[in-house]
Amino acid sequence: MTADVVRVRDLVVTVGAKPLLVDVDVTVHRGERVGLIGESGSGKSLTALAIMGLLPEDLIPAGSVVVTGHSGGGVQRVTSVLEAGEPALAAMRGRDVAMVFQEPMTALNPTMRVGAQVAEIMTIHRTVPDRGAAARRAVELLDRVGLPDPADAARAYPHQLSGGQRQRVVVAMALANDPALLICDEPTTALDVTVQALVLDLVVRGVEARDAGLLFITHDLAVVASVCERVLVMYGGRVVEAGEVQEVFTRPRHRYTRGLIGASDLDLTRPDGKLYTIQGSVPSSGRFPAGCVFRNRCTHATTECESLPPWQGSGPEQGFACWHPVMAS
Amino acid sequence: MLLRIAERTAVFLVSLGVSSALVFGFMVLLPGDPARVALGINATEVDVARLRAEFGLDRPLGEQYLSWTGGLVRADLGTSYISRAEIGPQIADRLQVSLILVAASMIIAVLLALPFGTLMAVHHRRASGVVLSAISQVGVAVPAFLAGILLISVFAVHLRWLPSGGWTPPAYDPGLFLRQLLLPALSLGLVQGAVLTRYVRSAVLEVLREDFLRTARAKGLTPLRALVRHGLRNAAVPVVTVLGLQLATLLVGAVVIERVFVIPGLGSLLLDNVGNRDLIVVQDVVMVLVVAVLLVNFVVDLLYLAIDPRLRTASR
Repeated sequence: MTADVVRVRDLVVTVGAKPLLVDVDVTVHRGERVGLIGESGSGKSLTALAIMGLLPEDLIPAGSVVVTGHSGGGVQRVTSVLEAGEPALAAMRGRDVAMVFQEPMTALNPTMRVGAQVAEIMTIHRTVPDRGAAARRAVELLDRVGLPDPADAARAYPHQLSGGQRQRVVVAMALANDPALLICDEPTTALDVTVQALVLDLVVRGVEARDAGLLFITHDLAVVASVCERVLVMYGGRVVEAGEVQEVFTRPRHRYTRGLIGASDLDLTRPDGKLYTIQGSVPSSGRFPAGCVFRNRCTHATTECESLPPWQGSGPEQGFACWHPVMAS
Repeated sequence: MLLRIAERTAVFLVSLGVSSALVFGFMVLLPGDPARVALGINATEVDVARLRAEFGLDRPLGEQYLSWTGGLVRADLGTSYISRAEIGPQIADRLQVSLILVAASMIIAVLLALPFGTLMAVHHRRASGVVLSAISQVGVAVPAFLAGILLISVFAVHLRWLPSGGWTPPAYDPGLFLRQLLLPALSLGLVQGAVLTRYVRSAVLEVLREDFLRTARAKGLTPLRALVRHGLRNAAVPVVTVLGLQLATLLVGAVVIERVFVIPGLGSLLLDNVGNRDLIVVQDVVMVLVVAVLLVNFVVDLLYLAIDPRLRTASR
């Protein structure tokens, strides 16, 4: 069990007195693919940024985030993200942990050639002997992610590529240094459906080939089902349910998970013919109710829900926090 | 890319044509007959007519315009109505002086604006950023001539470190040239630098919010290196725009500072000849300034293409 690439415990992120994340536990093991799902504003991206050590200055994290990288020769580099200084974090980012962001149109520098941007991540961490080698390896990586005519693509500027091609460049960049953990924050949300499958396949194959861990953030449950083995459900800055994808999706216990799955199932309709939804909308950050964060939108909420439901399960990787769970059938 | 350059060149040439017509037109509209002014109030009608014929003022306007612009193209700016001296060499001498002054001021402005503007953006929430911001705001509000007078009273009158004015060609006495240049260049440069600082600040702030800067951090670049390698070039487009406008302003605005520091630049040549009613000289000087401003804009257009690859192909 020492093979976890990231271990987040009791992560709390606050802005002023307002809590944005509370008691978040996330673990990703080597070679494991973990999904992080929930509506917008439930704290998924914030969790990712906290792992990267890239939280905006005014957000204050507490708890512990430990990233275990592999710097070759069997030597492991362990970074305590919340305590580490900027040089240690910079050495970790792009090497031990890499990230693919949601918006491929703006994630690349518009004034720099694509090949140079891919090569840069290798020269920063000196994972190649020199600039020439980095440039050659960049073309190779662009070829690997299936860009037609990779040598030409390397000389192109981002605006000369399509959204799908750009996201493939970003994936190539993220995988360039064989990171121990790849974090993908909604990597396919901005892409055409036809391109989505291609990029997902690249991510999964890339991670598998490197025996890396994957933390995959999305609100698309179908994507999680096809990509991930384990899933964490977040709502209101908390992890409300966790477990094997198969288990959670077929037998959800938390009322919120149940709602999400119901809302995603387009075959399931209410008696009046409309699709199921979760009533109400996600409160703005820090405006979630005390006790169970979901109770103001939950049809099963009682006065009991005004106190915080305890975590029930075998550990942070499997369980849920709900006073009125869906009964296992 | 070549198409874009051709397009900008065409715009430049057309602007030159239009502006020369405008300058000529305005001079024609000015009341007063240059020949009569040159000869004074006691001149006879015959003398005036003779001089008008000599200057070509009796010819049709179109012909006058063509002979003037034709001369300009051949770098022949004609002769003064009053002193009968050739105008070209006079302007060349004065232009050289003004260009040195403007270039020195611009260098001071840029050296000031780039580091301080960037610092203000990076520290915009801290006290240091706010203090710098306030100082630059004061700088923006001070007119250059006032800065000039203040600098003279401190460094020339009280401390006696630097001369209060004058001009020496650099080849003649480089040390004195630099000492005389410093105060006027500072008075223009500090003020322009304060203005430019604010634009650099907002451009860098803008770029700090960009996704690709976060990508750069995620690759393992420290905040400073991410900004230098990925941010500054993207922040350069708005800054170059302002820089171009400022250069144009400086070329024209140096007039006042040249007066304050007794510098024989283009500005003083213009003012002297407006006073003398030597309209052909005024017309030439104004045209030279217009060409300089258009040239700056043309270069700025080309710089855009060099900085931002998106502009090379994007159709507007």
